Amino acid sequence: MVFLIQKTLIYAIPLLIVALAGMFAERSGIINIALDGIMIFGSFIGALFVYLMQMNNVFADQPQTMFILSMLVAAVAGALFSLLLSFSAIKLKADQTIGGTALNLLAPAIALFIIKVFFMQDKLVMPKDIGFVILNNDLPLFAKIFFDKAYVSTFIVIALFVILSILLYKTKYGLRLRSCGEHPQAADSVGINVYKMRYLGTTISGALAGMGGYIYIATVAGGTCDGAVAGMGFLALAIMIFGNWKPLGIALGSLLFGLLKCIGPTYTFLDLNGDGVFLLKDLGMPMYFYNLIPYVAVLVVLAFSSKKSRAPKAEGIPYDKGAR
Amino acid sequence: MNNLTSKKNTLGSFFSKIFAMDSIKSIIASLVCILGGFLVGAVILILLAAFTNDIPLYEAFSGLSILLSGPFASGNLKDILFNLGDMLLESAPLMMTGLSVAIAFKTGLFNIGAPGQYLMGAMTALLIALSVPKPDNAALAFVYWLIAFLAAIVAGMLWGAIPGLFKAIFNVNEVIVCIMTNWIAANVVSWVFKASGDKFINFTETKVNFIRPTYTNGVATPKLGLDKLFPGSNIDISIFIVIIIAIGMYILINKTTFGYELKACGFNKNAAKYAGMNEKRNIIISMAIAGGLAAGGAALWYLNGKNDFLWNTYSMLPSEGFNGIPTALLASNNPIGVIFSSIFLRYIDKGGFNLAGYTAFNEYVSDLIIAMIIYFSGFSKFIRDLLSRKKAEEKRLKAPIEAAKEKGENK
Repeated sequence: MVFLIQKTLIYAIPLLIVALAGMFAERSGIINIALDGIMIFGSFIGALFVYLMQMNNVFADQPQTMFILSMLVAAVAGALFSLLLSFSAIKLKADQTIGGTALNLLAPAIALFIIKVFFMQDKLVMPKDIGFVILNNDLPLFAKIFFDKAYVSTFIVIALFVILSILLYKTKYGLRLRSCGEHPQAADSVGINVYKMRYLGTTISGALAGMGGYIYIATVAGGTCDGAVAGMGFLALAIMIFGNWKPLGIALGSLLFGLLKCIGPTYTFLDLNGDGVFLLKDLGMPMYFYNLIPYVAVLVVLAFSSKKSRAPKAEGIPYDKGAR
Repeated sequence: MNNLTSKKNTLGSFFSKIFAMDSIKSIIASLVCILGGFLVGAVILILLAAFTNDIPLYEAFSGLSILLSGPFASGNLKDILFNLGDMLLESAPLMMTGLSVAIAFKTGLFNIGAPGQYLMGAMTALLIALSVPKPDNAALAFVYWLIAFLAAIVAGMLWGAIPGLFKAIFNVNEVIVCIMTNWIAANVVSWVFKASGDKFINFTETKVNFIRPTYTNGVATPKLGLDKLFPGSNIDISIFIVIIIAIGMYILINKTTFGYELKACGFNKNAAKYAGMNEKRNIIISMAIAGGLAAGGAALWYLNGKNDFLWNTYSMLPSEGFNGIPTALLASNNPIGVIFSSIFLRYIDKGGFNLAGYTAFNEYVSDLIIAMIIYFSGFSKFIRDLLSRKKAEEKRLKAPIEAAKEKGENK
C-alpha cells in the first residue's frame, strides 16, 4: 500500500507541475501545445548542467543541493525556450498550434544534435546518486508515506502547487491573468496590459514545464536524457483539460492518472493488502491490459463529466487591439 | 519611347497580378519560411564549427551543401537513384499522415491522433496480409493486397471516428481523446501481436522484435518496374496511389458540397449549424476520413513487403504520425501542397542522413531546420499580410496622382 502511494507520487508529480504549466499559459489565453518540447529542452539543459558540474567536481558531495540547483537551471531554460512561443504568438500573432508544434520538433532536435556532436551517442546519462531524501526508514505508517524514499522534488512541487494556486486566485495578478484569457478586450479597457500578462503566463508556463521535464528524467526515467519524455507533455495537456483548467482538478487528475499509470510497470509485485498474495499477477492479464487502464479511465470520466468542461474563452485567439 | 513604357507597364501589371494571387502569395510565404529555416541551420553549423576545435570551419559549408543536395549528395549515379527511390517510398506514408492532419484542420479539428490511427492501420494490414493463404498468382496476390489496404483504411476510419464521436456527443476536446487513443492503440497493437504468439513474429530471421515482412507471404505492393528505374531501392507504386488520393482529397474539399460543409464547420461551427448543416455528423466524418488516411499510409508502408514492424510498441508512438503535423502545416493544409511538402521533408531527411555519413555533424540538423521552417511558417500570415499591405499602401499613395493625371488628360 505504502509502496503504491510512493509510486503514484513519482508519476503524479511531473504530471502535476507540467499540467499546472499548461494551465498558466491557457488561463492567460495562449494554447501551450509545446509543453512536451519545453519539457525536453528543460530536461536536456538540466542534465547538461549536472554533467558539467560533476566533471568539475562542484557540489559533488551534496547531491540534494545539486538536484535543487539543476531544477532551477531547467526552469530558467524552459522559461527562455518558451519565449520563442510567446514571441510568435503574442508579438507576431502567429497560430499558436503551429508555434507549439515547431517547439515540440525543435527541442529534441537541439538536444540530440548537441548530445551527439559532443558525446558521440544518442543519450546523456546522469550519475545515479542524485536520488532519495531518505529521512528515516522506521517512521510510523503515515509519515512513512511521505518522508520515506521520497524525492526532494515532490515537496518542492507540492509547495509550488499551493503558492501558484494562491497566486492565480487570491492576488490581483492572478485575476488580471485570468481576465486576459477570458476577455482580453475588456481587460485592456480597464488598463491591463494584455500582452504583458500573456508573456507572464507563458513564461511561468515555460519555467514550470522545464522544471517538470527535468524532474521527469531525474525520477521516472532514471536520469537518462535522450531527447524524449515519453509523451508526458501531451499527457499533462490532457490532465489539464481533464482538470477543467483548475488547480484542484488538475491535482486530482494527476493523482488518479499517476495511480493508474503505476500499476502497469509494478503489477507483478504489487501486494495490495499485504497478505502475500499478488492478486493482479494471479489474474493472468498481460501488462498491456494494465497499461491501457489509465487512458480508458480518463476517457470514461471525460465522457461523464464533459458537460461541466469550460475552456478559457479567449484561448488560442491572438489579441488584436483593433478587433471588436 | 511611349510604347516601351506601356509595354513595361503591362509586364509590371502582369507581375503584380501574379503576386496578388492568394496561392502565389502562400507559395512565396512558404519559400521565405524555408529560406529562414536554412539560414538558422547554416548559422548553427557555422557557430558550432567556429567554437569547437575538432571541427574545421569549411566543414560547416560542405555540410550545408550536403544537406541542401539531399539524395544527390554522393554524386554517384547508383547512390543517387537508390536514395531517390527510397525518398519517394518514404514520402508516401508521410504524405498520407500529412493529408490526415490537413483534412481534420479544414474542419477545425487538430488530429494529433495520427500515430494511433497509423498503428491500427499497420496492424490490420499486417494481420490480413500475413494470414491469407500464400497466393499462387499475381492477380490473387493483388486482390489480397487490395483487401489488406482497404481493411486498414476501414480500421483507421473506425479508430479515427472515436475522437470525433467524443467531440460530437460529449463535447470533449478532440486533442485529449486523440492522445488517449494513441496510447490505447499502442498497447492494443502490442497486445494483439503478443497474444498471437509465434504466428506473425519474425523468428526465421531471428528478429524477434519485428513482425515478418509481408513478402514472406507473397503479398506486396506492385512495383511496375520502378525497382528497375531506381535499382537497389524498395520503391513501389505507393507514391502514385497517394498522389491520386491527395488530388481526390483536394477535389472533395474544394469542389463538392460535402467539402464545403466540412470547411464551414471549421470556420464557424455555430454558423454551420444555423445554416442547417449537421455539424456533429461532419465532425465525426471528418475525423473518420483523417483516421482512414493515416491508416492507409501505414498500410502502404508495411505492405511494401520489405519493411519491418516493431510490434512491442507500447511505450512509443510512430514518428510518421506526429510528422504529419509539420507536413500539413508547411502546406497550409492544402492537399496538393501536402504532396510537395512531404517530398520536401523527406529530401531534407536524406540530406541529414548523408550529413551524418560525410561530416562531423549529424542527422538531427535536418530535424532542427524542419522545426525552424515550421516555426517561421507560423508567420506566413504575417508575411502575406505584409505583402498585401505594401501593395495596398502603394495603391493608396498612387491613387491621387493617377486621378490628377486623368484630370489633366481630360482637359
